[in-house]
Amino acid sequence: MKRLRALPGTLFERHEITAEPDVFRARQAVGRAMDALGAKVIRKTRLVTAVSEIFRNALIYGGSAVVRIYCDAEDRMVWVDCSDNGPGIADMTLAMSDGYTSGRGLGRGLGGAKRLADEFEIVSEPGVGTQVRLAGRA
Amino acid sequence: MVDEIMLVAIDEDINDSDIVALQDHLAEEVHANDAQGIVIDISALEIVDTFVGRIIAQLAGIGILLDAPTYLVGMRPAVAMTLVELGMTLPSVKTARNLQHAVTRLRASR
Repeated sequence: MKRLRALPGTLFERHEITAEPDVFRARQAVGRAMDALGAKVIRKTRLVTAVSEIFRNALIYGGSAVVRIYCDAEDRMVWVDCSDNGPGIADMTLAMSDGYTSGRGLGRGLGGAKRLADEFEIVSEPGVGTQVRLAGRA
Repeated sequence: MVDEIMLVAIDEDINDSDIVALQDHLAEEVHANDAQGIVIDISALEIVDTFVGRIIAQLAGIGILLDAPTYLVGMRPAVAMTLVELGMTLPSVKTARNLQHAVTRLRASR
């Protein structure tokens, strides 16, 4: 699978998501990264909500995931990479569309996360995994 | 329970295993105490994602089926803005600015 290029900025925290409480811990860390850059509440809320959707998807569909959070102080951006080695997404257009769910969600997770983030990229290969990279401006 | 109105506060780190317990508790308490209404307090929540949104919709749905009108209170402004962008406007859930407003409306509707 084509992997996305390295993230800008410096590594803030790395988290492994293997169970539900990890989703909460990892998204709290994204909130702290936004705080570290002096983000406004609405900007922090948007990114933390977006990553919450992504982390939960990675846990439910991917089984587990590794999250890396980067702070780019120069551009005042927080970048988040979430990679799993799960089954991957066969039909990306379908997965990104509102109303589609293959699981327990409302079918607005991926598309909603993309709308809430300032930058959003996703690559996936069936049988290999999924990598999502998103960013929010502080 | 306060004045036949049941209060439910959702914690920030609520997870899948808590949900069924919360739904069960809510349904049983409403039934056992003849609750006239339910108020769900989300003031502790810094974010509401589609997972928690679904929980809120389900709790309100249980309230409707048990004839206990349900109000959601304590939503932060940034949460309202992100819910709209998620496309999750919770059309079946009534909201009030705070607990007092919710209680006033519940009493007026009896």
